[in-house]
Amino acid sequence: MSHVLLAIDTATSAVTAAVHDGTRVLASESVPDARRHAETLTPTIDSVMAHAGLSPRDLDAVAVGVGPGPFTGLRVGIVTATTLGLALGIPVHAVCSLDAIAHEIASRGEHGEFLVATDARRKEVYWARYTVRAGGVARLGDPAVSTPAALDPAVRALPTAGRGPLLYPADFGVVVPVTDVDAGALAGLVVHRLEHGGELLPPTPLYLRQPDAQPSAAQKSVLS
Amino acid sequence: MATDGPLVLGIESSCDETGVSFVRGTTLLADAVASSVQEHARFGGVVPEVASRAHLEAMIPTIERACADAGSRLSDVDAVAVTSGPGLAGALMVGVAAAKAVAWALGKPLYGVNHLCAHVCADVLDHGPLPEPTVALLVSGGHTNLLLVRDIADDVQSLGATVDDAAGEAFDKVARLLGLPYPGGPSIDQAAAQGDPRAIAFPRGLTARKDLERHRFDFSFSGLKTAVVRWVQERERAGEPIPVADVAASFNEAVADVLTRKAIDACREHGIHDLQIGGGVTANSRLRELAEQRCADAGISLRVPRVRLCTDNGAMVAALGAQIVARGHAPSSFALPADSSMPVELVQAR
Ligand SMILES: Nc1ncnc2c1ncn2[C@@H]1O[C@H](COP(=O)(O)OP(=O)(O)O)[C@@H](O)[C@H]1O
Ligand SMILES: [Mg+2]
Repeated sequence: MSHVLLAIDTATSAVTAAVHDGTRVLASESVPDARRHAETLTPTIDSVMAHAGLSPRDLDAVAVGVGPGPFTGLRVGIVTATTLGLALGIPVHAVCSLDAIAHEIASRGEHGEFLVATDARRKEVYWARYTVRAGGVARLGDPAVSTPAALDPAVRALPTAGRGPLLYPADFGVVVPVTDVDAGALAGLVVHRLEHGGELLPPTPLYLRQPDAQPSAAQKSVLS
Repeated sequence: MATDGPLVLGIESSCDETGVSFVRGTTLLADAVASSVQEHARFGGVVPEVASRAHLEAMIPTIERACADAGSRLSDVDAVAVTSGPGLAGALMVGVAAAKAVAWALGKPLYGVNHLCAHVCADVLDHGPLPEPTVALLVSGGHTNLLLVRDIADDVQSLGATVDDAAGEAFDKVARLLGLPYPGGPSIDQAAAQGDPRAIAFPRGLTARKDLERHRFDFSFSGLKTAVVRWVQERERAGEPIPVADVAASFNEAVADVLTRKAIDACREHGIHDLQIGGGVTANSRLRELAEQRCADAGISLRVPRVRLCTDNGAMVAALGAQIVARGHAPSSFALPADSSMPVELVQAR
C-alpha cells in the first residue's frame, strides 16, 4: 500500500521539499535561499506536488526537520508542517535535520565515523557526530552548538558534511560534499524510521540556544 | 448567525499577539487570541525572538480554539487572510507560513493584508460598513497614523504619522519612568484617574505654528517624553516626592489632546464628517472621552470599536479580508513575503 509523504526542511540554507510514496522519492526540489524561507517554501511544495501529479488530499503524512538551524527559517518549516497536518487531518513526523544529512551520506555507501556541522551564524556551528553501522546510521550524542574551535580536535578532524567546513575550512577535516538538507533524504529517513523504528520527535524546534533577550527600544534609557 | 458571503479565516502575528478568527461579511464568528505580553513584561518591551517562539507554540492551539468557538472546521473556510506587514519580521513569518499552509492544503485563495488597514477595518464588526470617505486615527504600541480612507479595500492615503515614538510606546516609556508596570498604557490610564490633568503643562508635539506647514498631521512624542523625564528629575534632585497621579494625568492629557486635535483638523481640512479610531491606545479612557467631546462639538460622528477589537487580533484581519474578497480582488500569491515595513497605502500585498 502506498503511503504518500510530503517532506520539508528549512534548517539549512536550502528550502527543500520532496514527495515520497513509501518506496521512492517521486519529486524533490531545493531552493538555495537562506533568507527567504517564508516566501519560497509553499511555492516549492506546490511545485513538487505538481511534478508528482498529486494534490494535497493525496497526502498521508508530513515529515519535517526540526533543526537545529537558524530560528526564523526553522519556524517557517515547522509551522508549515503542523498547519498542513491540521488542515489535512494527517500526522506530522519530525526528525533532527542533521540526521537527514547523515542519512544521505550513509545511503551513499560511506563507512565509519563522520561529523555534520551546519551554519549556526555568529561564528558557530550546529553539529553532531555519526557512525555508519549495519542497518543504518547512528548519531553519537545530542546535537550541539558551539564555535568550531570549541570542538574536540579529534572530532573536528573527522570527515565533515554541512556548511561548517566550507565556512571554516581551517577548523575541519575532509569535506563530505553534502552541504544542506535534501528533503528527499529526509523523507527516506522518516520512511525508514516508520518501518524499522527510530527516533521520531514532536514537531517543535531544536533551538539549542536561549532567545537573545535583547531589551527592545523601550528598555534602553527612557531618554533614548 | 450570518450566512451571507464567504467564510474568511484571519491570522495575525505581527507583534506579541497570535490571533485567529472567523468572519463572514461583517459578522464575527470567533476570535481566539494568545498573547505573550507577560513574557515581555520583565524586559519592558517586546523581545522579537520571544514573540516569535510564542507564535509558533500558540499557532495550532489558537487555530483549534477559533474553530471550536465558531463551530466550524478549517475545511469550511472560503478564503484565508493574513497580516503580511508591517510588524516584526520573524513574528510575521509564522502567521504568513501558517496561512499559506491552510490556503494551499484546502485549495482556497490567500490574501496578505496590511496590519494598519486591518486595525481601521476592525470596527465594521461592531458598527457595520465604514462610512467612506472617513478619516482614521490609528494609535498603537508600534504605530501612530492619520489616514484618509476613501475605500478600505482599495484606497487608503497617509495624511501623517509619528516622526519618532508611537503613542503607545510613549505610554510604555513614561510608565517605566514612573515605576508603573508594563504595559504602560493601562497603568498610566489608571494612575491618571486620580490626578489633575492640568497640574503640569507638558508640550504638545508638532503643534507650534512653524511646524504646521510641514507637519500639520504628523505627531511627535519624544519631546513630550523628555519633558516628563526632565520634570521628574528636577523634582528628584530637589528631594521632593513625585506626584505620580498628576504626572500621569498631565502626560495622558497631552497625548490625548494632540491626537484628537490633529484628527479633527484633518476632518475639517478634507471636509469629512466621520472619524474612525483604532489601535491599542484607543483603550485609553481620556482619549475616548476627549474624542467624543471634540467630535460632538465639531459635528463629526465618531466610531470607536470595543476595546477587544482595538488591540491586535485575527478578527480585524479576517474583516479586511472579507472586504477585499467582496470587491473581487485577485488573491495574493503563495510567494507572498512577510514585509516588516509594508507601507500603509498598500492594503493588500500580492
Ligand atoms: N488604556 C490605555 N491607555 C493608553 N495606552 C494603552 C492603553 N491600553 C493599552 N495601551 C497601549 O497600547 C499598546 C498596545 O496596542 P496594540 O494595538 O496591541 O499595539 P501594537 O500592535 O503596535 O503592539 C501598548 O503600547 C499599550 O501601552
Ligand atoms: Mg497593532
